[in-house]
Amino acid sequence: MSERTYNFAYLDEQTKRMIRRALLKAVAIPGYQVPFASREMPMPYGWGTGGVQVTAAVLGPDDVLKVIDQGSDDTTNAVSIRKFFAKTAGVRTTTHTEEATVIQTRHRIPEQTLTADQILVFQVPIPEPLRFLEPRETETRRMHALAEYGVMHVKLYEDIARHGHIATTYAYPASVADRYVMDPSPIPKFDNPKLDDCAALQLFGAGREKRIYAIPPHTKVVSLDFEDHPFERYRHDAPCALCGATDSFLDEVITDDRGARMFVCSDSDYCERRRESAASAPKPVSAEAPHA
Amino acid sequence: MLDAHVIESAGADAAVLADQPLLISEGLTKWYGRQLGCRDVSFELYAGEVLAIVGESGSGKSTLLQMLAGQMAITAGRVLYRMRDGATRDLATLTEAERRFLFRTDWGYVQQDATLGLRMGVSAGGNVGERLMAVGWRHYGKIRHEAESWLDRVEIDSARIDESPRSFSGGMRQRLQIARNLVTAPRLVLMDEPTGGLDVSVQARLLDLLRRLVQDLSLAAVVVTHDLAVARLLSQRIMVMKGGRVIEQGLTDQVLDDPQEPYTQLLVSSVVPV
Amino acid sequence: MYVAAKGGERAIENAHRLLAHERRGDRNVPDLTLAQISEQLTLAVDRVMNEGSLYDRELAALAIKQARGDMIEAIFLLRAYRTTLARFGASEPIDTAKMLAVRRVSATFKDLPGGQVLGPTFDYTHRLLDPELCTRVPEKPVRARVETTEMPRVTELLAQDDLIERSPQAREDASVGDLTQEPLDFPAERDLRLQNLARGDEGFLLALGYSTQRGYGRTHPFAGEIRIGEVEVWFAPEEVGFAIPLGHLTVTECQTINQFRGSETEPPQFTRGYGLGFGQCERKAMAMALVDRALRARELGEDVVAPAQDEEFVLSHSDNVQATGFVEHLKLPHYVDFQAELGLVRRMRQEFEKGFEAATPQSEMREAAE
Repeated sequence: MSERTYNFAYLDEQTKRMIRRALLKAVAIPGYQVPFASREMPMPYGWGTGGVQVTAAVLGPDDVLKVIDQGSDDTTNAVSIRKFFAKTAGVRTTTHTEEATVIQTRHRIPEQTLTADQILVFQVPIPEPLRFLEPRETETRRMHALAEYGVMHVKLYEDIARHGHIATTYAYPASVADRYVMDPSPIPKFDNPKLDDCAALQLFGAGREKRIYAIPPHTKVVSLDFEDHPFERYRHDAPCALCGATDSFLDEVITDDRGARMFVCSDSDYCERRRESAASAPKPVSAEAPHA
Repeated sequence: MLDAHVIESAGADAAVLADQPLLISEGLTKWYGRQLGCRDVSFELYAGEVLAIVGESGSGKSTLLQMLAGQMAITAGRVLYRMRDGATRDLATLTEAERRFLFRTDWGYVQQDATLGLRMGVSAGGNVGERLMAVGWRHYGKIRHEAESWLDRVEIDSARIDESPRSFSGGMRQRLQIARNLVTAPRLVLMDEPTGGLDVSVQARLLDLLRRLVQDLSLAAVVVTHDLAVARLLSQRIMVMKGGRVIEQGLTDQVLDDPQEPYTQLLVSSVVPV
Repeated sequence: MYVAAKGGERAIENAHRLLAHERRGDRNVPDLTLAQISEQLTLAVDRVMNEGSLYDRELAALAIKQARGDMIEAIFLLRAYRTTLARFGASEPIDTAKMLAVRRVSATFKDLPGGQVLGPTFDYTHRLLDPELCTRVPEKPVRARVETTEMPRVTELLAQDDLIERSPQAREDASVGDLTQEPLDFPAERDLRLQNLARGDEGFLLALGYSTQRGYGRTHPFAGEIRIGEVEVWFAPEEVGFAIPLGHLTVTECQTINQFRGSETEPPQFTRGYGLGFGQCERKAMAMALVDRALRARELGEDVVAPAQDEEFVLSHSDNVQATGFVEHLKLPHYVDFQAELGLVRRMRQEFEKGFEAATPQSEMREAAE
């Protein structure tokens, strides 16, 4: 067998065209799950093949790519996917959010506000928000077509009746452009408000389930709730132990075997930037300033 | 989406258009291959009327009900319904969206087996509140309050609002199913052997409740039953079916007190007096 | 002081090196060749070609070696490779009636034209582990005296008397469904169902087929015919305008004869189940035929009551590459979502404790503590 050469970003042009057609449909109908013929990729289903196919379809040679998993550039799967594109597309890669033109993410939205020049690609395991209420695809398709989302609110009602709270903490369902209810992928509900009126294009790829959906820039996205039990973000009540941020989503890190713990920004780039700018900022000269 | 005030004014609509039939069956027929399900059934039902369809098993009464409910394909004939806007529509011409909406708001269907008509994994409150949430109610407190008041109306202790129907008795489940169906103030309720499988005393209580609710809410209802006592207690008009055909119909009291057809006479005479 | 863990990239590289080292094993032991795998682990290669959905013995052997013998990993490798290949068309349907069968058996007739040909089968071996396998040189096989090469299909024989349903003929202009080109949609027609089953996990189909025999959707199957052998593949390129032979494939075909049905207007007939796969894959082909027949419940007017008859269930879970991807993805970090859940549970516990304290008078709590 001879040495193989791959097309730019691995996928052949026919496949990219097929994916782009699906993406166009998705953007035209915000929040609607467009079926697409997902290909087998060199990484397993469930490990980001949907996100990788979407990224491969939108990537161009001048793009700058950032890949994160759990908010960090250095988690093993993010490293693996970044290397995949470095090898098959030769694009420049970065860990800095504001430098990237395409950001592929698993389970987080970056803390930094995104711009109109950026595309955020989400890796999605289960695209169907109704799936655990109704396992049949034939039935859930009908429910979306007829906007029959009553059963979603029944689930939220049950949560409140049983726990006093809505018990969904991630993959929190949201209504897009007042029409389709979508699963935003397993991002913590802390990130849900970022979906709304976002300047960047947000694309969602589910490879194994073979669905693509999208939120065009500046689209209305509202997380489901009750008037008297409104949607609430959750965040550990602590500043980041490394950079002091009080507005970022935190990871809990256990530091010894007696259960000592500390909280650190999940978004590694955001944390690093904050620390860099704190280090280089001039010291304030003021009588009120606490002694350093 | 239907708001609360539209649900409340439904009663007013019914009074104004009481001279038009609410439900019309025209020559409904069902063939299963070469086997007759039911043949050429025609009737008109007005708001606030209860029609009982009686017969033994195999008479075709359940087939008829399922066709009326749109759950079974019709071989011949039509079902016409007067919508809230006053227009009478052939149900076969409704889009799927219209039909499903109708079923969630204007119609109720009480199953013989309550476990099929309820979500057994959802609390009593959730079961009653579902239709409200489906038509856009978004206030947890109000939904819960409405559910509690309905549980009271069907004589279920409202303190059990958070329990699953799995812990309810057969009679309670049936009453919960009724509450679930009535919460959006439907104008027509179809009932399939609503007292089937229940103890005699439980049946009596349920029938009493049904009679009061039908009266209070001016419901139209089609009740399928093999039990003539149920028919007598609930309905003003009755249709007797045998072998897929309607063999006698008329005012309930008249037909049961003075049956004309031999089969009806047989049915009436074979009822064991309580 | 805590420093955010870095070095994921290096860890991955080192892991790959270790993997390659383990894959080679003891360097004193001769390296396994692809020819050895293809020649002597033939049935493993056949399975990988089937579920990998690519007929190439050498590549399948390489996949098995690269996967260290993990069959699903090998299947995954072959599928990923398949994605990169350009499609230039669809072949003519293979004609298994013209097969050069090395094995052909039927359970429905004692004898039939062409005879019962056992072929290289495990069927009547005694399953006794044989250490001498490693040293003994196998004898040359016996040449059979063949009177006729005519092997009409059992189903054709029954069809002549109209005893078995006719296989529905496709319309001339109808395109064949292909779930690698279009996402699978429900309800799925039989062509897509069979394609899905052909690529499906052998173990999964075996279990489902077994379940139908034990009463979960009984179809009264008889093994009408199983044949294994070479068929020729023909392809009609647009530029040429007529079909030309591309080469040969070995395939296994299983046709089951199942529960008859009829009505007052239709005379009773047997129904069919069908299984087909690359190479010698009898178990797979038979299981596939059982499940194929079970999935036809809907079109044959039977009640769908068992898992093997549930189209969405069977077709959504038959692909082992998808299945292993999703099951194994649980190894990926999920700590962000876990943090979110932890937060809620801690909060609910706090509320529970507050509620408990408020409801329980002090004296009771003291007693409980003692």
